[in-house]
Order: sequence, then C-alpha cells, then structure tokens
Amino acid sequence: MFIGHFTERPYQDPESGYFGATGRSITDLTMSNASYDPKLGARLYNRYLDEKIYAEEMGFDGLMLNEHHSTPFCMGGVMNLEAAILARITSRSKIVLLGNILPIWDDPLFLAEELAEIDMISEGRLVTGWVRGTGRESVAHNAVAPYNWERFQEAHDFIIDAWTRPGPFRWEGEHYHFRYVNPWARPYQDPHPPIWIPGVMSRNTVAWAAEKRYPYVMLATELEPTKESYAYYTEVAKEHGYETGTQHRGYLFKVHVDETEELAEQAGRKFVQGPSNPFLEGNQGVVRPFIQNLPGLTQRNNLLPTMRSFAAAASRGRAAQHQAETKKAVEKPKPEKFDTYVDQTKKYSIISGTPKTVIPKVKHVLETLRPGSIFFWDGDGAMSHEDSMRSLRLMGSDVIPAVREIADELELKSPFEVDPKTNQPIVESKESESSDSSSETDSV
Amino acid sequence: MQELDEFEQLQITMPTGDVAYIKAGIGEPVVYLHHSWGSPGALPFHHNLIEAGLSATIPDMPGWGGSTRPTWARDVRDIAILIGNVIDALRLGPVTLIGAGFGGYVASELAAMSPPRIASLVLIGPVGLYPEQGEILDQMMLSHRQYIQESFRDRRTYIDHFGEEPDTQIRTLWDLSREMTARVSWKPYMHNRRLQHLLSSVDCPTLVVYGEKDKVAPRSLALQFEKILPNAKLEVVRSAGHLVEFEEPKLVADLVCDHVSRL
Repeated sequence: MFIGHFTERPYQDPESGYFGATGRSITDLTMSNASYDPKLGARLYNRYLDEKIYAEEMGFDGLMLNEHHSTPFCMGGVMNLEAAILARITSRSKIVLLGNILPIWDDPLFLAEELAEIDMISEGRLVTGWVRGTGRESVAHNAVAPYNWERFQEAHDFIIDAWTRPGPFRWEGEHYHFRYVNPWARPYQDPHPPIWIPGVMSRNTVAWAAEKRYPYVMLATELEPTKESYAYYTEVAKEHGYETGTQHRGYLFKVHVDETEELAEQAGRKFVQGPSNPFLEGNQGVVRPFIQNLPGLTQRNNLLPTMRSFAAAASRGRAAQHQAETKKAVEKPKPEKFDTYVDQTKKYSIISGTPKTVIPKVKHVLETLRPGSIFFWDGDGAMSHEDSMRSLRLMGSDVIPAVREIADELELKSPFEVDPKTNQPIVESKESESSDSSSETDSV
Repeated sequence: MQELDEFEQLQITMPTGDVAYIKAGIGEPVVYLHHSWGSPGALPFHHNLIEAGLSATIPDMPGWGGSTRPTWARDVRDIAILIGNVIDALRLGPVTLIGAGFGGYVASELAAMSPPRIASLVLIGPVGLYPEQGEILDQMMLSHRQYIQESFRDRRTYIDHFGEEPDTQIRTLWDLSREMTARVSWKPYMHNRRLQHLLSSVDCPTLVVYGEKDKVAPRSLALQFEKILPNAKLEVVRSAGHLVEFEEPKLVADLVCDHVSRL
C-alpha cells in the first residue's frame, strides 16, 4: 500500500471573504486578481510546504500536488516549482504530481526538462502524472479546447521520446514542432519516472491509461462510480491481454483526523467552506458549466452537451447540479434540513473523526475499492494550519500504521510493490543492491 | 425554424467530404454563408431574396450542420478555400457572396484570395478584423443560450425565433457548431491580423450591413471594413442587433437586391 497526502492549497483570505463560511459567492473565473495579496500568498505557500515536510515526518509515502489555474481553490498554478522545492527539502517521500496539464503546454520540451530536473534533485522520487485539465485550464492558458485530447496524447509521446531517445532528433507532429530535441537533463529514474494518470470519469482517458498499463487514480469520486471506472479499466486491460491488480488502482479521498469527535466535525465541516474546489458538493463556489464543458473538450459529436457535461460532477457528488442540467426530476433536499457535511460523511465522501472512528471507515473504502495507492485529502477549504497539523500528527501516530496493517490483510499492493507493466513483484532496491554486490564478491 | 418549401435540400461530394446545401431561385446567384452557430435552414430573408428574383445557395459550411467535418482544418482560411471549391464545383461563380457574422469572416478571406469568383460582397455584421475599438463578444465564455440571445436586439426577438426553450435539434446545432468554430477560430478569436492587408486589394462592390444594436461585433469593425475595402458602402440598420437578416429580413433583402441590381 502506498499512502499519500494531498491538499489543493486554497488561497484563504480572511479579508476578501475567500475564507470560511462567509456566504460570499465564489463564481468560477469571475474573480479579479486585484484582490490577490502576495504577502498572504507567501505565507500560504510556505505553510503548505511546511505541512508537506511534516507529512513526510509522519510517515506518508507520497506528497501529492496538483495544478489548476486562475482560481483561488488551488494555488498550484506552477506545481513544478513546489515539486522542485520539495525535491530539495524532503528526503524520503515520493513527490507525486497529479498532474501536469499536458494540453495547455505549447512547449512540452520545457516540461520534459523540468520534470527531469525534479527527478534528479529528488534522486528519483518523482512520480509524474498527466491530465487533460478542465475547461478552466484551457481558458486560462488559451489552449484550443477541441484539440485537448490530441495534444494530450502527442505531448505524452513527445515527452517520453525526449526522456528516452538519444538526441538530437527532430519532432514534426500535428501540434508540436521541434527542430532540435536534445534536453541536457535526463530523468534520474530509468527509463523515466513512473507515470500515473489521475482522472474523474473520462472513458477515453481510462482506456488510454489501461492500454499503456499506467495506474489510474480516481480523484475523490463517490465509491460506486469509482468501482465502475476501475471495472472499465479492467475490461480494457483484458482486451490488451493482461489482468489488473491493486497496483493499477489509485484513489484520492477526503480524510481528516482529530483529537476529539467535536474537533473533527468542526474541522471536517471546513472541507465544504471557503475556497475549496467548486467541483465538489456542498462548496460555496459556483461553477459555470459552459466553461467546464468547453466545445470539443470531450468527444460528443453525436451527443448533447447535457449528456456528458455533468457525469463528472455527479460522480463527485454534485448531484443537484447534474440533475438540473439533465432536467431529471429532482427530489431536492429542503435547505433547512439538508446538511451537506452530514450527507457526505454518510457517503464516505468525507471521513472525519478520531482515529478510532476514522480507521474503520478507511477500511470500508479499501475493502470496497481495493486500491494499491491512496491519498488522504486533508487541510482543505477553510481548514487552518493548526487543523492540518493536528490531523497529520494523528495520521502518523495512529492512522497510517493501522491502514498499513489493513492493507497487508487485504493484500493491497502498490505500483512500487508490483510492477503495473509486468504484474511481477518488485524486488526492494536495497536487496537487489546487496544481491548484486554479493554476486560481484562471489565472482571475485 | 421551418424550411420554406421552394428550397431544395441537396448535397455535393467534394474530395474533402460532402457539403450539404439548400438552393432555390433562378436569377442572379447569391451564396449565403451562415453565422458561427450554424444554419437553421432557409430563413424568411432567403425567401425574400428568391421573391426578388435572385437564386440563393445556402451551404452548411464544411464542418457545420450536414457537411462533413474537415478534421484537418485549423484556420478560417481553410474553410474559405473549401467554400471556394464548392462555388466552382456548383458552377455558381461569379457570385454575390453574403457572409453573416462569422460567415462574413469566411467571405472576406475568400474574396481576398479569389476575386474572379466574387462579383460582389455583402457583409452582415462581419467579424474577421481585429476591432480598433471594443471587443468581439466571446461565445466560448457564454452558454449557447446567452450568446444567441445577445445576438438579437432584445430577448423578445430571440424568443420569437427559438422559443423559451430551444428544441433538441437547435441545441445540438449550436453545440456542434461551436465546436467547429473553436477548431478554426479559438485563437486568435474571430479575427486574423493579416486580413486587413489582403482586403485592401479587394475592389469588388461591397455592401456592409450593420445592426445598430449589435452586441457581438463592435461598430468599429463595420467602419473598418468600409474603410479598408476600396469599393464598400455601409448601411446601418437601426432596429437590429447582430442578426440583422433574422430581425429585418425584408429590409436587408431589399438592400441586397439593390446592391445586386447596380452590378
């Protein structure tokens, strides 16, 4: 089992109202950065880096970062910079990038160079992940939405070549053109860092990942659609002649641990307060569907936009929006009685409690989905640094050790234990080094 | 939007794919290039043209409506080249080429590259140049409904044409049309900075029609077209928005007929 830590690093500004349950509406791509305070930004970037250092100390295997643009819910616009800093200030945990948004890069050679540098500085701790991005990202960096999927695939092929093919060579593709590909930086890991593909509900991407045997990480989707996606991955894998295992499945979900149930609820409710991801149910933000579902971003030549646009939202619990879009009959909960936090805890979309109550719930998720890699999403929305640090401490002392035991019982193997490319167990590098040296000794 | 009876639904197979079009009339040939959101079929405006004795051909531009999508096309100029090929294949030229909104952009590109095909131009609320003042309304940042509504002078005329709740067919047309528009005109959005230089040599008689209540294409664009094209005349329709030919079909048809009669 591989256990990672994640937060979206929200821009929490008590002055602007992007913090806490202020009731202020946060509409996607409508906020001016005139209210951005770089001094607050400085404090927040350093806070989130400090939390990652502590997460490593508490025993997390992976420090996960993500990337969004022009939005206060995620400060990771230049995630690779944060990754490069972590490469230097941490020493053991993997640095997991889920992920770089390939289609918005007009020059993926820069990305190949940056990732190779991060892998070298971290001495081989980079796990690279690539995504297609939401409409927001295509708008923010003006990437032509209908070519998103083509550019994703070509950028992927190009970066793999840039990492593995001796240069110099020429690349004349459909979307990318280079006369001299010869980066003077190569990945530390041979032939290149592991590639994991995160996603939500794109069948194209799941099939593509399965075809390439890249582990697929479902991002905070509800349990049932997550199982369906894993099943589809398995179906495609069978078509390509292999069986899937836990090493091919990753899952990100919200988990917060606290000292008392009262504190846990207090902090857990902050998941749905402040500038947390507007995709997610209960959030105070307002998503503009026509931007998230830009023309041609998903293949829908014969479909109405409503047929696909909110499958992702529904899978992440934003049911009311999905139903409104698809004009289905909605049995809308009465606002005065409906408590989104309670609703989400019932659905395992949010797990918050003391170690005693959290561990059985995490166990339920592991039993239901059988992932080999998990990421605890914590410290988000309106949570304070103190909330995050209390949780990290209890994760280290109680939750992570217990989850490892559960994972062993359930035989949940990560891609670092079973190679997703071959389904063969991976021999620990220390053992292989000692075995290599002993054979050298024997031969001498 | 109902098909008018006299229009025939036709299709021509080109080396680059099929092109669907409707056609009626037997007089001087005019070709109408639709807005970015596709052609909803024959309009009262087209009917007025036929009544006035013109012959109207209205293609679904390649990639829109019933025409094959040229998946390789990356530029509005690609679409203009394909339209030029269709005009040749149908033996229509020289024609009066009417371009509305985005269709005006395509018509301008075609006029710049092949003067012999074009007897005259009619540009209705055209885009394609970078506006000296104001901005072209960006449909990619609006819902379909918001964008089309903004294209009319007011909400009432929008409802007159599409109703409170547009039907599935029209919503599908809007959605797929927007995708094709994005494929060729996402960036730069709805303009080509090279075009103004090329248009300075297009000396065919040109009528520029602009709706005074246009919220999509800024007025400066109409003035720029009038200024750059050596033989252009501007007509401002006070009572119309961007979709002038939808809102004032008879008035615009009369302007077109008058324009054609002077050739």
